[in-house]
Amino acid sequence: MKELSLHILDVVENSLRAKAKKVRISILEDTRENRLELVIEDDGEGMDEETLKMVRDPFFSGQGKKVGMGIPLLDQLTRQCEGNLEILSEKSKGTTVRATFQRDNLDLPPLGKLADTLFVIMASHPEVELEFIHRIDDCQWLFNSKKIEEELDLTEENRGVLLPAIREWIEYQEEILKGGIGNEDK
Amino acid sequence: MKISSIEDLRRIKEEAQKRTLLREGKADYRVVVHMGTCGIAAGAREVMSAILDEIAKRGLTNVMVTQAGCIGLCDREPLVSVEKGEERILYGDITPDRARQIIASHLVNGQIVGDWVVHAEGRARR
Repeated sequence: MKELSLHILDVVENSLRAKAKKVRISILEDTRENRLELVIEDDGEGMDEETLKMVRDPFFSGQGKKVGMGIPLLDQLTRQCEGNLEILSEKSKGTTVRATFQRDNLDLPPLGKLADTLFVIMASHPEVELEFIHRIDDCQWLFNSKKIEEELDLTEENRGVLLPAIREWIEYQEEILKGGIGNEDK
Repeated sequence: MKISSIEDLRRIKEEAQKRTLLREGKADYRVVVHMGTCGIAAGAREVMSAILDEIAKRGLTNVMVTQAGCIGLCDREPLVSVEKGEERILYGDITPDRARQIIASHLVNGQIVGDWVVHAEGRARR
């Protein structure tokens, strides 16, 4: 994958397939410790221990296919970047995927179009509550899809037009964060 | 114009509402973007993003965009299916640009873009 945000989309796809109603994506960057941590938590079906043992195997899939590359690719990437991949899961409770990386590692792809990833998830799964937090040292911004929907009174009719605008808004928030300016907006 | 605040979003919403009142939908299309790992790696996110964008720009209200997983045609990803009733057209090797053309030709004008069809089901065989 060319971007970290594509890995995020891929892992969230797993959550959605596990019938998650709520997904939380956290990107936690620590420049002093030179770490980047990516956490994706869901309240989906979860996995039993047997399944959990096999998810890093590229020849295992939960969907009846012969291969499943999503988690193995992320696992490989964390190891290339002096980090690791931790997956916690409990049947009918949910799953947490925690990937850590050395922040300035040459093999770490850029975060990429994060706004596109969030936009695509929100557009194709309106029923899912998406929570997002991006923190760089002491600055962070966060949003909750359900809160924004309530705030703007999103309906089926105006959703299509408003989501591209929300994507732009997310892009702007990301720019502010990267510019190192604190942001109080919700 | 930069969209920087919730206020900006609210304004866009109001403008959008005015526009959609004037329009009525015709066809009920379902557009499915296949977003397994293979699809995502091949550019499905950009394709989906372009589709949503084009639909918003054209103000199409009766199109539902959704996603599915890998269907085993990984070498033809990104894959997009356009469904209407019994008719199901599967397009392969789709780029954001081609996706926009499919919206214009297939969804707006009812013309299937033959060059990129991988598989067709229903009345659509022609």
